[in-house]
Amino acid sequence: MDATPKQKWSLAAVSIPVMLWTLVPLFWIFSLAVKPQSIQADNKYFPREFSWENFQLITTGTASDLFNPALVNSIVVCLIATVISVVLATFCAYAIARLNFPGKKLILLVSLAVSFFPVISLVTPLFDLWRNIGLFDTIPGLVIPYLSLTLPLSIWVLSAFFQQIPWEMEQAAQVDGATSWQAFRRVIVPLAAPGVFTTALITFFTAWNDFVFAISLTSENARTVPAALAFFTGASQFEQPTGAISAAAVIVTIPVVILVLIFQKRIVAGLTSGAVKG
Amino acid sequence: MAQIQLKEIGKTYADGYEAVKGVSMDIADGEFMILVGPSGCGKSTLLRMVVGLEDISSGDMLIDGKRVNELAPRDRNLSMVFQNYALYPHLTVYENIAFPLRLTKGAVSEEEIKRRVADAADMLELNDHLERKPANLSGGQRQRVAMGRAIVRDADAFLFDEPLSNLDAKLRGQMRTEIARMQRRLGQTTIYVTHDQTEAMTLGDRVTVLKKGVVQQIASPRELYEQPVNLFVAGFIGSPPMNFLPARVEGNTLQLPFCEVSFGDEFAGKVAGKDLVIVGLRPEFIKDAAIQEPMENAIHFEADVDVTEWLGNELYAYVPFEADPSVQAKLDELDRDLDGEGMRTQMVVNLESRSRVREGERAKFFFDPMLMHVFDPETGENLTRNEEAAAKIAAESEEDRKRALDRAKRMEAEASAPA
Repeated sequence: MDATPKQKWSLAAVSIPVMLWTLVPLFWIFSLAVKPQSIQADNKYFPREFSWENFQLITTGTASDLFNPALVNSIVVCLIATVISVVLATFCAYAIARLNFPGKKLILLVSLAVSFFPVISLVTPLFDLWRNIGLFDTIPGLVIPYLSLTLPLSIWVLSAFFQQIPWEMEQAAQVDGATSWQAFRRVIVPLAAPGVFTTALITFFTAWNDFVFAISLTSENARTVPAALAFFTGASQFEQPTGAISAAAVIVTIPVVILVLIFQKRIVAGLTSGAVKG
Repeated sequence: MAQIQLKEIGKTYADGYEAVKGVSMDIADGEFMILVGPSGCGKSTLLRMVVGLEDISSGDMLIDGKRVNELAPRDRNLSMVFQNYALYPHLTVYENIAFPLRLTKGAVSEEEIKRRVADAADMLELNDHLERKPANLSGGQRQRVAMGRAIVRDADAFLFDEPLSNLDAKLRGQMRTEIARMQRRLGQTTIYVTHDQTEAMTLGDRVTVLKKGVVQQIASPRELYEQPVNLFVAGFIGSPPMNFLPARVEGNTLQLPFCEVSFGDEFAGKVAGKDLVIVGLRPEFIKDAAIQEPMENAIHFEADVDVTEWLGNELYAYVPFEADPSVQAKLDELDRDLDGEGMRTQMVVNLESRSRVREGERAKFFFDPMLMHVFDPETGENLTRNEEAAAKIAAESEEDRKRALDRAKRMEAEASAPA
C-alpha cells in the first residue's frame, strides 16, 4: 500500500499529538530519575542539574538489596514464562489450525473466556491456593499465572498465522519425504516466525509489566521489579522515594526498548500480516 | 523408475460424494501418463491419492507390484510438482532444491547435495538464481525450481498437478517442451494432470480421459483423436472441438442439416431401430470446394457462413444450424459436461488461410464421409469406432514410446561414459 504525499502528511499530523501524549510522561520519569535528591520536588519538567545519584542508590546503594534481586527475578520469570508460553501456544495453535478434532471450537472459546476474567478476581483465591501447596513466593508461582494470562492471546494470534500458511507447503514437504515433525519444524515454524516473535514479545511484556500478581503472590524470594518498587523507601520518613522509583523504572524500560528495536521489523510484519489477509 | 498400477480405485468423501469411481490403469515403467478432463472430474483427487495426500477409499494401488495404500506420502518415494509450486518462501532456490536431500540426516553428504543440486540447476537453467528467494522469481523460474525439487531426488515417479496453469500462454508452450524433454531424458514414469487438451495431446504417451470420476478412455493421443469411444471423448479432444450434428436415419441415408450421406449395409445394422443419431465431424475435415480438389467419394454441401475468423495460418468459418429438439437436450448435456456455456448450435469449419470464404456469404464445402463419426444419442457410444484401427494405433504408439525411451537411455549412457 503506497500512500500519496498528502496522505503521509495528514498521517504525520495525526500521529504527532499521539506521540507527544505518550512521550511526555515517559520523559517526566526520566527527568525525575536524573534529578538529584535536593531538587526532586522543584516542579520543573526539565531537570536543571544532572546526577546519577538515584541510579547509584538502587544499584549499589541502600536500595540495591531490594532492586538487584528483583531485577534478576524479573528476568528469570519473564524468560521462563515466554519460552513455555511460546512453545505451548505454537503446538496448540498448530493443532487448532491444522487438525480436525471434536471440541476445537470449545478450546478456542474457553481460551478466550479465560482472558475475560479480571486479574484482580483471580489473585485472592490463587494466594490461598499457592500458600497451601507451597507455590507462594516461588518463581513457578508467578510463571503459572503469567502463562494463563498470555496463552489465550498467543494461541489466537498464532493460529491466525498458521491458518494463513497454505496447506500445500506442508503437503509438499511430506511428498519431499518429511515427517510431520520435520514439516512442522522446517517449513511451518519458519514461515510463522513473525507470529512466533509477536507472541513472544506480548508474553514477555505482559509478565515484565505485571504488578498485581507480583505484589500478591511473592514476598522476599521471588519478588519482581514492579512489586519491589512499592517497597522503596525514602532516606527519611518525610522524603518520598520518587527519584529511586523513577530510576528503577528507567532501568526496567531499557530491555523493553532494546527488544522492540531488535524485533521492530518482525513485530510490524507480524501484527499486520496476522490481521490482514494476503 | 517404477510401474504404477491402479486397481478399481475409488474415493468417497465423508459427505458421501464420490469423486473417483473404480479407476483402473497400468502405467508402464518410464511412461508419460496424462489425466485429463473438465473441472470436477476427479483427476486431481486421483493424483493426490496416488501420492498419498488423500486416502484411498476402495481399491488397490501398487508401485512395482507392492501395495502402497496405507503408506504415508514420504514412504512412497514419489515426487510432485504442485499447481501453485508450493516453494518454501523462507529458503533460497538452492535450499529449496536441496530440501528433500536434507531430510534424512547424514544420508546424503554435503558434496553430494551440491553436485545433485548443480545437476538439476544445469538442466533447468537455474544457475544464476540459486541464491535468490522464490518471491523474487518470475512464474517460469518458480515453476523450474519446483521441478528441480522434484528431480533432485531419486524418486520412483514424477507427478504433476496442472503445473502450467499459472503461466501465460507463451511461457506455457516453452515449459511444455521443457517438461517433455526432461521426461524423455530421465526416462521417468510420470503422471501429469491437466485440463488443457493441448498439453494432454502433446506430452502424453497415453491419455486418460475422465468424466465425473469415471474413466472414459485410456489411449494414445492419436487414438483419442481418431477413434474416440464416445461423444464425451470426441467433444473433449480437439480444438476447435468436433462438430456434433443431429442426423435423421432414413433407410440407408443419414439426413444431416446441410446434406445427406448414404451408408452401406454393414453399417445399417448398427443404426437399426434408431431414427436419430448424432454425427461428429471435425472442423478440419471440412474443406473449401473453391480451392481444393474434392476426393472421389466426397459429400458436397452449401451453407451460409455467419462469422469468419482469420488467424494467419488458418481460417475458422462458423455456420449456424437448427438442431432437432430431441437431440438438442443431449447436446446441451454434453456441452455442460465439457464446461461449455450452452451457446447456439453452430458448425465450425477449419479452412486453409488462403480460402476466400467470407462472412455473410454462401460457400461450397465438401468432406470425406469416411472420417465421420456416428454416435448413439442415448448412450453416447461411438458406433463407427474401428477396433482394428484403434489397436493398430495403440501398437504403433507403444512402439514409438519404447524407441524414444531406448534412445534417451542410449544417449544418457553415452553422455555419462568416460570420453
